[in-house]
Amino acid sequence: MIPAAFDYVRPGSLDEAVRALHEGGEDAKVLAGGQSLMPMLRMRLATPSLLVDCSRLGELRGVRDDGDAIVIGAGTPHHEVMHDALVRAHAPLIATVTATVADPAIRHRGTFGGSLAHADPAADLPTAALVLGAQFSIVGPGGRRTVAAADFFTDFFTTALAADEILESVRIPKLGDGWSFDYQKFNRTAQAWAIVGVAAAVRRSNGSIAEARVGLTNMGAGPLRASATEAALAGAGADGIAAAAEQAAQNTSPTSDLHAQADFRQHLARVLTRRAVTNAARF
Amino acid sequence: MHRISVTVNGTTREGEVEARTLLVHWLRDSLGLAGTPIGCDTSNCGACTVLMDGRSVKSCSVLAVQADGSEVTTIQGLANGEWHPVQKAFKECHALQCGYCTPGMITAAVDLLGENPDPTEEEIRHGLEGNLCRCTGYHNIVKAVELAAGEMREAAK
Ligand SMILES: Cc1cc2nc3c(=O)[nH]c(=O)nc-3n(C[C@H](O)[C@H](O)[C@H](O)COP(=O)(O)OP(=O)(O)OC[C@H]3O[C@@H](n4cnc5c(N)ncnc54)[C@H](O)[C@@H]3O)c2cc1C
Ligand code: FES
Ligand code: FES
Repeated sequence: MIPAAFDYVRPGSLDEAVRALHEGGEDAKVLAGGQSLMPMLRMRLATPSLLVDCSRLGELRGVRDDGDAIVIGAGTPHHEVMHDALVRAHAPLIATVTATVADPAIRHRGTFGGSLAHADPAADLPTAALVLGAQFSIVGPGGRRTVAAADFFTDFFTTALAADEILESVRIPKLGDGWSFDYQKFNRTAQAWAIVGVAAAVRRSNGSIAEARVGLTNMGAGPLRASATEAALAGAGADGIAAAAEQAAQNTSPTSDLHAQADFRQHLARVLTRRAVTNAARF
Repeated sequence: MHRISVTVNGTTREGEVEARTLLVHWLRDSLGLAGTPIGCDTSNCGACTVLMDGRSVKSCSVLAVQADGSEVTTIQGLANGEWHPVQKAFKECHALQCGYCTPGMITAAVDLLGENPDPTEEEIRHGLEGNLCRCTGYHNIVKAVELAAGEMREAAK
């Protein structure tokens, strides 16, 4: 279908973009890679009055080293993120997870920040950001502010971003030596979204798990941490993983839809948690 | 209306477009490049795949105004005097039936081989994940990409 009419501007700087968004009011929207927005426009699920095209803003693009963290520009396309040397060295989970997002053509245009700002409950990157303790740098008419991943995702397709704010970059702490990672994504067809996904980050020492973080995709309105499993994994050996994974669906209320019933999703969360933690722990 | 200038299949093309005009609509309806079909409304099928600044994109999911200043290659721009090796291999391996997915499939395969000249079968299947074919069962498409990869590596020697 042809989208409903809208105005379009392509600002030359981030400041200009913020101004255009602010002046455009409630119905103005950022256009990044367009890989979520375009289908919504075509199906007329979204009818913005103005699109502020940020896809060419150099300020939003690229990955840099920031001492104890790396900073990923919100406008960096998925394809660049998954091949980036800093990402692969210091946040390999992001590279692994990004490689499961959509397909190559979509990854050429879709962006890291677009995926986070869109906040689809089935999106993979919000879970990785939550597990890694990412900090979101947001720019608005009033200046800059920082929001932790745990506070950024507030509901289905809803984030801490105000209508006139732009996600600028995401700071991802380097977890350092001893950590390893895995992402398990359950879907049925090529390029499909996760029915459930589980990200695991594990630090081993002296033959057991010293610390583990487990994140769940599509088990609620946004990404979740499986806190009971994380607590049970502290100090566990290889034989403790299965029991800890049994608690992965505690306090989750996933939706039922045509892909899966809620109880099946909870079953998947337990099974995928066992697999992800086992793979990450590498006993 | 927005003025755009895009290098399409090697020629500079200018136009006036509405902001909401999709790149695929501009290519088909304004430039008459109907070799690039539209298969869906959801960015899933990949039939509309073209190369934009050398990389595969779904031209139904890019605004024409966003292509301003870039280089676009469609299926109709791949042949250079003779068919592209991937086009030849699709014919050779009977990698199409109705042909609806073929322009996108070939374009995506060209992008794939640009990045990975010697892909495994698995890498080909993953690399073409964004392109759906309702007819062939994909098997001959994979064979065609393998054949083209070999020919292109040979030619590069
Ligand atoms: C067929 C298909 C399959 C897909 N499969 C997956 C999948 O398996 N997993 C997955 O995680 N994703 C998947 N995606 C989505 C893909 O990851 C998109 O790239 C991503 O969701 C949106 O990024 P974008 O840059 O294209 O954003 P856009 O589509 O441009 O924008 C999306 C939304 O975010 C807002 N926005 C974008 N950037 C910013 C910013 N910097 N600041 C403020 N707001 C911003 C926009 O206003 C809009 O509301 C799929 C998409 C398609 C079409
Ligand atoms: S027409 Fe289906 S992806 Fe573009
Ligand atoms: S040949 Fe018919 S869709 Fe692929």
